[in-house]
Amino acid sequence: MIKYTFTKFTKWSVLKKLIFQEIDDLIIGSIGIVAFMSFLIGGVVAIQTALAIENPFLPGNLIGFATRQSVVLEFAPTLISIIMAGKVGSFITSSIGTMRVTEQIDALEVMGINSFNYLIFPKIISLLLYPFLITLAMFLGILGGYVATVYGGFSSSFDFIQGIQLDFKVFHIIYTYIKTILFAFVLATIPSYHGFFMKGGALEVGKASNISFVWTSSVIIIINFIVTQLLLA
Amino acid sequence: MITVNKISKSFDGVKIIDDISAVFDKGKTNLIIGQSGSGKTVLMKCLLGLLDLDNGEILYAGKKFQKDNISTISNLRKQIGMVFQGSALFDSMSVLDNIIFPLRMFSDKTDSEMISRAKEVIKRVDLKDVDSKFPSEISGGMKKRVAIARAIVLNPKYLFCDEPNSGLDPKTAIIIDKLIQEITVEYDITTVINTHDMNSVMEIGDKIIFLIGGKKIWEGSKHEILNTDDKMINDFVYSSELFKKVKLTQQKS
Repeated sequence: MIKYTFTKFTKWSVLKKLIFQEIDDLIIGSIGIVAFMSFLIGGVVAIQTALAIENPFLPGNLIGFATRQSVVLEFAPTLISIIMAGKVGSFITSSIGTMRVTEQIDALEVMGINSFNYLIFPKIISLLLYPFLITLAMFLGILGGYVATVYGGFSSSFDFIQGIQLDFKVFHIIYTYIKTILFAFVLATIPSYHGFFMKGGALEVGKASNISFVWTSSVIIIINFIVTQLLLA
Repeated sequence: MITVNKISKSFDGVKIIDDISAVFDKGKTNLIIGQSGSGKTVLMKCLLGLLDLDNGEILYAGKKFQKDNISTISNLRKQIGMVFQGSALFDSMSVLDNIIFPLRMFSDKTDSEMISRAKEVIKRVDLKDVDSKFPSEISGGMKKRVAIARAIVLNPKYLFCDEPNSGLDPKTAIIIDKLIQEITVEYDITTVINTHDMNSVMEIGDKIIFLIGGKKIWEGSKHEILNTDDKMINDFVYSSELFKKVKLTQQKS
């Protein structure tokens, strides 16, 4: 499938429109849920950290430090990707699956169009913007943590900001973006595969979306483990 | 003209198409008929190159249809129009965009030229005021007309129709059949239609190929099929009460 996706390209004027359409559907359309989830998750991480460190000898900036580490290393890239496996992955599988059962893919092939390139390539390209979503998730996650900490009375604004600057390693950001790019590829390809090669009718489209989510999220977790082991351990 | 030489196709060791040879004539409506499961759709998918053959060959205007020759197959597919059973219109596009789609993919026309050509074929298939509507907003008969318009917009040499009147009321079904036949003659194209509808056979069956169990057991015209003595064909042709009565009336008169 991957090989055919990158061969016999669709006319650029058509492909360009498809890419912009996919950016709108997959990236712009996900900003709302990513912002909402990240902000609240950041807040919850900060509150739970604050409640866990009641010892007065621990520094106040620990909440900011723990929130930054949790959000940047794990919650933003991995948890948001699993949420996206549900949102974007199901959308991709069901839209391609519906095209399969209603013979729209056959129609493309009969016309001599490489349906892999026409349907999957724009999704892969649009998901190259996925790191933008994760950057937003990191920013809003930390902002959520700040709001919960300061307005919840757990620590001061100064301590929190000092915490998020404490022991900052650029490599952690690189590690996060490496994961994000790999997750973006998984988010574009596994759901496409399950939609493309499904058989049956409407019920099977639902089943394919379900299986696609299980596989996509599982592969994300496995890649997360391997990349973490390779880069951080 | 399409020539089929001794083609076979199996799935999991079961032969679905068994050693079929046939010629589909230019400027005629060539019908593949048979009961459900007789191999009609598989035969059509083999003709279109959507399925690989186990044996045999298919020739389009004398040239072998080879899936591995990408440039040849791409050029050939631009000469093929297809009307699918469920119309297969693109849900995300308006009627006009659906019809323009093949032009956008394969022609160098400007936008205004493409719209002008699309309007031409929309008029030819007798559609009105549907340009900006989406497939979900139009009736089954209209969808078939849009599918026919999309299939002929590039002036194809070959037109394939899979059960073109399924799901339509008898009157609309006949109108669609007639439209396909008129277009076949007007554009002088080779049309292959897959059907099990005897009304279609009687309306537009210039040439008929009858399949049973993946084998071609009969070939002839719509006039010949009514007068054949073959029991298997008669069982199919006269399976409806209407055709039985027609036969009785003919015999009495």
